[in-house]
Amino acid sequence: MSTEDAAERHTIAVLVDNEPGILARVVGLFSGRGYNIECLTVSEVDHEKALSRITLVTAGTPMVIEQIKAQLNRLVPVVAVRDLTDEGNHVETELALVKVTGKGEHRVEALRIADIFGAKVDDTTLESFVFRLDGQTEKVDRFISLMRPLGLCEVARTGVVAISRGKESI
Amino acid sequence: MSNEMTGSEILLRALVEQDVEVIFGYPGGAVLPIYDALFQQNSLRHVLVRQEAGAVHAAEGYARSTGKVGVVLVTSGPGATNAVTGLTDALMDSIPIVCLTGQVPTHLIGNDAFQEADTTGITRPCTKHNYLVKDIKDLSQVVHEAFYVAKSGRPGPVVIDLPKDILQGKGGYTAAPREPRKSYRPQVKGDIRQIETAVELIAKAKRPLFYCGGGVVNSGPRASQLLTEFVRMTGHPCTLTLMGLGAFPASDKQYLGMVGMHGTYEANLAMYNCDVMVNIGARFDDRVTGKLSEFSPNSKKIHVDIDPSSINKNVRADVPIVGDVGHVLEDMMKVWKARQYSPERKALGEWWKRIEEWRARDCLHYERNDKIIKPQYALECLRDRIIGREDAFITTEVGQHQMWAAQFLPFEKPNRWMTSGGLGTMGYGLPAAMGVQVAHPDALVIDVAGESSILMNIQEMSTLAQYRLPVKVFILNNEYMGMVRQWQELLHGGRYSESYMESLPDFVKLAEAFGAVGLRASKPSEVGDLIDEMLAVDKPVIADILVDKAENCFPMIPSGAAHNEMLLGPDDQAAKPISEEGMVLV
Ligand SMILES: Cc1cc2nc3c(=O)[nH]c(=O)nc-3n(C[C@H](O)[C@H](O)[C@H](O)COP(=O)(O)OP(=O)(O)OC[C@H]3O[C@@H](n4cnc5c(N)ncnc54)[C@H](O)[C@@H]3O)c2cc1C
Ligand SMILES: Cc1ncc(C[n+]2csc(CCOP(=O)(O)OP(=O)(O)O)c2C)c(N)n1
Ligand SMILES: [Mg+2]
Repeated sequence: MSTEDAAERHTIAVLVDNEPGILARVVGLFSGRGYNIECLTVSEVDHEKALSRITLVTAGTPMVIEQIKAQLNRLVPVVAVRDLTDEGNHVETELALVKVTGKGEHRVEALRIADIFGAKVDDTTLESFVFRLDGQTEKVDRFISLMRPLGLCEVARTGVVAISRGKESI
Repeated sequence: MSNEMTGSEILLRALVEQDVEVIFGYPGGAVLPIYDALFQQNSLRHVLVRQEAGAVHAAEGYARSTGKVGVVLVTSGPGATNAVTGLTDALMDSIPIVCLTGQVPTHLIGNDAFQEADTTGITRPCTKHNYLVKDIKDLSQVVHEAFYVAKSGRPGPVVIDLPKDILQGKGGYTAAPREPRKSYRPQVKGDIRQIETAVELIAKAKRPLFYCGGGVVNSGPRASQLLTEFVRMTGHPCTLTLMGLGAFPASDKQYLGMVGMHGTYEANLAMYNCDVMVNIGARFDDRVTGKLSEFSPNSKKIHVDIDPSSINKNVRADVPIVGDVGHVLEDMMKVWKARQYSPERKALGEWWKRIEEWRARDCLHYERNDKIIKPQYALECLRDRIIGREDAFITTEVGQHQMWAAQFLPFEKPNRWMTSGGLGTMGYGLPAAMGVQVAHPDALVIDVAGESSILMNIQEMSTLAQYRLPVKVFILNNEYMGMVRQWQELLHGGRYSESYMESLPDFVKLAEAFGAVGLRASKPSEVGDLIDEMLAVDKPVIADILVDKAENCFPMIPSGAAHNEMLLGPDDQAAKPISEEGMVLV
């Protein structure tokens, strides 16, 4: 395996038959072969055909990325594998719920920044907010780091979901 | 409903529909319903092994020697966990197996019930695919699909975990579907443009080499025939991997012997120096490539493989072709003929001249001795007595004896050589030989063994006795884990830590205890007669050949070294110390 090449980050969409153990197969493949998973999301997308979609973000040299896709394709319940990064044009987003606690100035500032980011307030008490924010990973990261000095206390993130632009489909 | 059957009956009917004739198995609580159903029918034979590991290796031997799927039946818990080594072995060597495992009833799964193991969890990474049947409605289709998955594409082991309530429940049978599963359709036809590019490269090559492997054997006997025709058509040299032996006739002048760590000098130097490498169904294993950064530095590489994950995994292919060996070779020959290609005779002539010089080094040469039996000599004696016999099948255990068998025994046809290549499982050879003999009752089946390996599944001698399977166990007894001893000599200053086999059994008496015939040779002059006697006996035999305890297996490319840094014999060994990088490799 060529190790000289630099690692690249790729977003890969995997369409799978929704059957028991499929997530374990995919995750086991990554841990067993020493590949990175930066994040992984999974949900059923077609109830009638019992199809689920896994979106995962991984990093590796081009040769490793090629291996990852080939290995995923070998799994019997895998219907399709798409490298959205290679295909270029795609929409990528994730959702975060961010709990911030505090009083006074910090509280006001947190709300102001949330407004700038277009985050929604999903819950509030006199001493806390739960913000809901979606968007690209970098935006969510930035929001969270801004909240840190303002009383950030808990974060839940979905990880990335992604889909190609235009009329083509998986 | 009148056509309702029990789960066990559905299972057996599906096996019959899948052309199964023999099951290798071992009973237990969770599979009693299947054993009860087996008792009441006559279409399927059952071979009762003595340990479940033996069942899987036997099924591997059966599968590799017939091209059919090998079938295993074991109980839940320990039955299933004992099968794990064999399943991993079959996965590494691409052997089609369907392994039926018993499971506790569905309502107890997850309860730490008696003899419960998470079989699908444990076997997920060591099978091509696995199933847990939770509804009897799915049972027949799962069995049909399991066979399809096991044998199509790159073959491999498949586990079906069968809870006891499913086996005892009632349901209907459905026949195998015409259309296979949508999400699994291996590509068998290669891309014709790529094939054309490849053939052009082959035709214009000045220093070509065919490097062919187990994929040719997997593809079926016709693939070997096509390969032989194509290689002869081109006049190019051909080397085989350990798993590929027999895919091209060993007696052919164009054959250079095995490639890789213990391959021949000529094959490895041809690999190093070639300008076009035609990889047909081999996977650039580390035993073959040696140091990757210096692997065949100046060649364009064509790689034909049915599994896209084998391509560009270790070595980048210039012309990747995804497809079945047989189909691709057929197209390659069509292109060759249609375009009226002919080999580059002049360049080829020079290339062959160089190869012949390498060949003249006679790298398999060993020092003969008239007092001590050299292991190579014992194998030469065996070779002389089986040469030309189409019905001779060889299995091996793992170690030096395995490499010598690969170097010295002649394989003219595929499916005659069964060895554990990818996993290197000691204890493989005896049960595998048993499976071969079950498939070919009248054939000559020999397990070339080491005294250490043979003890790992020696219990199967009892199975041989029960089914009158006249397997010959040919032990090259050096009283050492010879391969380990050799590495300790080369890499660890000759400190032979735990590699001497103390307190070995008397193999002649052991044979007799198992109802077999025991033979022993301790002098070179006795070996020939011993083999004659061994071949004449219509019973299982253990032949204990007391060989040189210190012999090392050469040639050898030490790990971390390149093909042109090969050790040819004991004299080289001292001259070329092993690098530190090499020391960490296996
Ligand atoms: C002690 C020891 C020493 C060893 N030393 C050596 C050595 O010196 N030399 C050596 O060669 N090996 C050696 N081995 C074996 C080695 O570890 C590998 O098992 C072996 O090299 C792999 O052989 P292969 O490349 O033919 O691949 P296989 O493991 O046989 O794989 C077959 C390939 O073909 C593909 N394939 C399967 N079916 C088809 C089809 N129908 N069409 C197209 N492609 C298909 C598969 O996808 C796979 O990529 C040694 C093993 C041991 C235990
Ligand atoms: C199950 C298993 N355990 C350990 C090993 C490591 N190993 C490889 S070869 C070998 C020694 C084999 O000794 P023997 O069967 O006597 O063969 P020899 O090398 O002496 O011919 C060992 C221990 C292995 N391959 N398989
Ligand atoms: Mg030994």
